[in-house]
Amino acid sequence: MTDVVNTVVMRLTVRATMGRKRALIFAIAPVIMLAVTALLKLQAKSPVWPPEFLGIFGFTVVLPLTALIIGTSVLGAEIDDGSVISLLGTPVRRLTVVLSKFIAAVALTIVFGAIPLYLAGAIATGPGSKLAVGLFAGAIAACFVYNALFVMLSTVTTRAIAVGLLYLLVWEGLLGNLVGGVRLLSVDQYALGISNAVANNPQLHAHLTLSSAVGMAVVVMCAALAFAARRLASFSLKGDAV
Amino acid sequence: MTTIELDHVSRWYGNVVAVNDVSMTVGPGVTGLLGPNGAGKSTILHMIAGFLEPSRGTLAVAGSASWRNPDILRKLGLVLDRDTVYTFLTGAAFVTAIARLHELPDPEAAARRAIGIVEMADAQDRRISTYSKGMLQRIKVAAALVHDPEIIVLDEPFNGMDPRQRLQMMDLLNAMGQQGRVILFSSHILEEVERLSGTIQVIVGGRLAASGDFRAIRRLMTSRPHVFLVRSSDDRLLGSALIGRPAVTGVELTGRGLQVRASDYGTFTRELAGLTRAEGIRLRELLPADESLESVFAYLIAP
Repeated sequence: MTDVVNTVVMRLTVRATMGRKRALIFAIAPVIMLAVTALLKLQAKSPVWPPEFLGIFGFTVVLPLTALIIGTSVLGAEIDDGSVISLLGTPVRRLTVVLSKFIAAVALTIVFGAIPLYLAGAIATGPGSKLAVGLFAGAIAACFVYNALFVMLSTVTTRAIAVGLLYLLVWEGLLGNLVGGVRLLSVDQYALGISNAVANNPQLHAHLTLSSAVGMAVVVMCAALAFAARRLASFSLKGDAV
Repeated sequence: MTTIELDHVSRWYGNVVAVNDVSMTVGPGVTGLLGPNGAGKSTILHMIAGFLEPSRGTLAVAGSASWRNPDILRKLGLVLDRDTVYTFLTGAAFVTAIARLHELPDPEAAARRAIGIVEMADAQDRRISTYSKGMLQRIKVAAALVHDPEIIVLDEPFNGMDPRQRLQMMDLLNAMGQQGRVILFSSHILEEVERLSGTIQVIVGGRLAASGDFRAIRRLMTSRPHVFLVRSSDDRLLGSALIGRPAVTGVELTGRGLQVRASDYGTFTRELAGLTRAEGIRLRELLPADESLESVFAYLIAP
């Protein structure tokens, strides 16, 4: 088992994730975003709404929530219902399991989060516009880092969704706006920083430079995945109920 | 020779000791791990499977530790009680996927062979979500067999099976044991294992209480002293007649009838009918008073 990712694990993960009822929830946020974008395009007078709306709603609501649901589902749901034991009963390397699930989650989040964000940008300022491409670039980065974080969370706690939501609301939403230093550890700021490097639009309210955004994103992602693999290698069953 | 070896293995959770200083060697053939619920059977199997770290002691599966060592799973097949499988897959797709995860050279052929062994070929193209508990258990056994492991560990494999499925599973385990594989399974129902040949290890309260040849322990169980509650048309007369029989070690008149202690289950139950007929006593009720699983296991572990 020298492969870094395993296609069997990825395929099973995508099927299992899309087969669950919560798969329907993936579509809700992007649909709302596209609908509001279309409405604003028709109604809004001010020229600054596209970056304001898509920067805030896209990067602080649609992407993180989609990634939260998918990222905690790919591994967490299988840990909850025990189907992960079928995987862990085979000699596939635990890092390979984590990375395969992570890649599957990233792919799904790109479909349900990043591509809708690009489409919204394209509706707002035209396909291929700096804003649409910038949003897409930032969104892709967010897909990677958020999912690494949420896959890691689901190896640590069975309440990964609740903990993830707390992180998004309290850390990114509240502290990120009040305390400058927190931005260095906020995934939405990495995404905005990368978007802004392409779009160069002050209305995105990006606070990080491209190099610090990319550097921090890579460090956080790799650390989260390495930790998740360590946790999964020590995956324990409770034994007899005591 | 392939073995599972536990050397003074303990496992505790906080202050609660689940497994207490257990040493055993499990060799080729069928071995049953018996004990009441909560005795520590699953904890032992989970440690063997590498899903739990022993708190103390050493555990070797085919010579290597299993904790944080997924490579051991090339030689080990697992059927655990807790795991659910991907129910959206067909049986064949599930077993083939597991074969691929083992990187077998021909996963389809390996899956066909394993499904054939558990006699699930007819149902292999149905989704697992439509399977009965017995079929689910068999497809899990097929997945555990697909890489032709030397050691197979099964946690409560007979749970939820009807008697026919249970016999099939026992025959399957016996056959695999005769091939020289190490088969270790757990059960909390003594009667489940009567058709299994081989060794048993009895676990009570986290400790290894008895171990040995299955037939010997089985004999010990059927010839163990029993307490019966007997009600008849004349309890006092019946009592005086019973105390004269060698198989009876004690009689007590109680408000609810006679409490009879018999040293030998078989002899007592055979003699009782003839005795009442000879004395002209009508037998109204005969209740075994200590048939709980705990009392059976308690007897087995009594010094």
